[in-house]
Amino acid sequence: VSDVPADEGHGGAADRLPAARQQVPPGTGPPDVRYERIALIDLLDRLLAGGVVISGEVRLSIADVDLVSVSLRALISSVSSAMEHGGGRREGS
Amino acid sequence: MTDDRGVWVYSVAEELAPDWFSGVPGIGGGPIRTLACGGLAAAVSTVSLAEFGEEALPGRLEDLAWLEAVARLHHRVIEIAANHVPVVPMRLATVYRSHARVTAMMAARQADFTTALGRVRARTEWGVKVYTSGPGRAAESGGDDSAAGPGAAYLRQRRRQLDASNQAKRAAAASAERIHAALGRLAAAAELRAPQAPQLTGRPDRMILNGAYLVDDERSAEFTTAVERAAGEHEQLQVELTGPWPPYSFAVADGPDGPGGERRAGG
Repeated sequence: VSDVPADEGHGGAADRLPAARQQVPPGTGPPDVRYERIALIDLLDRLLAGGVVISGEVRLSIADVDLVSVSLRALISSVSSAMEHGGGRREGS
Repeated sequence: MTDDRGVWVYSVAEELAPDWFSGVPGIGGGPIRTLACGGLAAAVSTVSLAEFGEEALPGRLEDLAWLEAVARLHHRVIEIAANHVPVVPMRLATVYRSHARVTAMMAARQADFTTALGRVRARTEWGVKVYTSGPGRAAESGGDDSAAGPGAAYLRQRRRQLDASNQAKRAAAASAERIHAALGRLAAAAELRAPQAPQLTGRPDRMILNGAYLVDDERSAEFTTAVERAAGEHEQLQVELTGPWPPYSFAVADGPDGPGGERRAGG
């Protein structure tokens, strides 16, 4: 385990990452904002379900189902609170 | 102390040049490195297991801002590589304990990666989403039934609305299937993904098609033109094109029928 370089800090990554918190939830911004960047929902749709899954002892495995449900739960709570204010219509069923 | 550091893997390709990633921050804040092994190369960065380890991740994933930041960084590194060479993207949160374990994985899965890279070579993934406004629009043209009395008139109008609504749903589903079939004929591979829920898209329209298409690069223009044509031919539907994407939906090392298998349109 000695080949992992020690050049990175261990602080919270999100604090140093590009302006994620300025991103509006999907569907709540004006159209030009939504199309400037890839919509989060489309990105997560692919990243959480796509890509190669290597199943092996070395992967710090998270059950894929858990990963999807956890993140979607976060998305749902984020978007639904935005929709309450935006007056979005929902179908029954 | 090295035990609290892990190696995040973004993508695997036949070769990757480190300078493609110069100045690009990795997840965890450090630089992107490339590891070579047996004719393959992986893009990686060092992360803290306190933040990205097995125990920490489930809680972190609840934080949408954190998840988005990580997802965008992961995507950016994959996209940079994909702009130069065919790549196999790794699933988000693929973390190893050391560089040696990454290269061991690459060696063990060399044949799978080679197959997957061959499948996506000179091809690009596109996404097509089709929405319908759902029931309602076709049912608004109710006639005047006042002669039959208010109760009967209501029931008759309600039935007509339901009939029109079901008819509109069937017609929309059939249109979506035709669109998917037509686009599939232009693609080397096509996959139906689960439609995104209205709660997630944030729009009231019902998504009836969420297709992914792996298209030969030389047919990209033909494909995007076909999407535009489909949008024009189905005015009652909203057709949206996304991409170009790295081949997230098609770089499956375990064969074409991996996760996210076939779902019927409009189902």
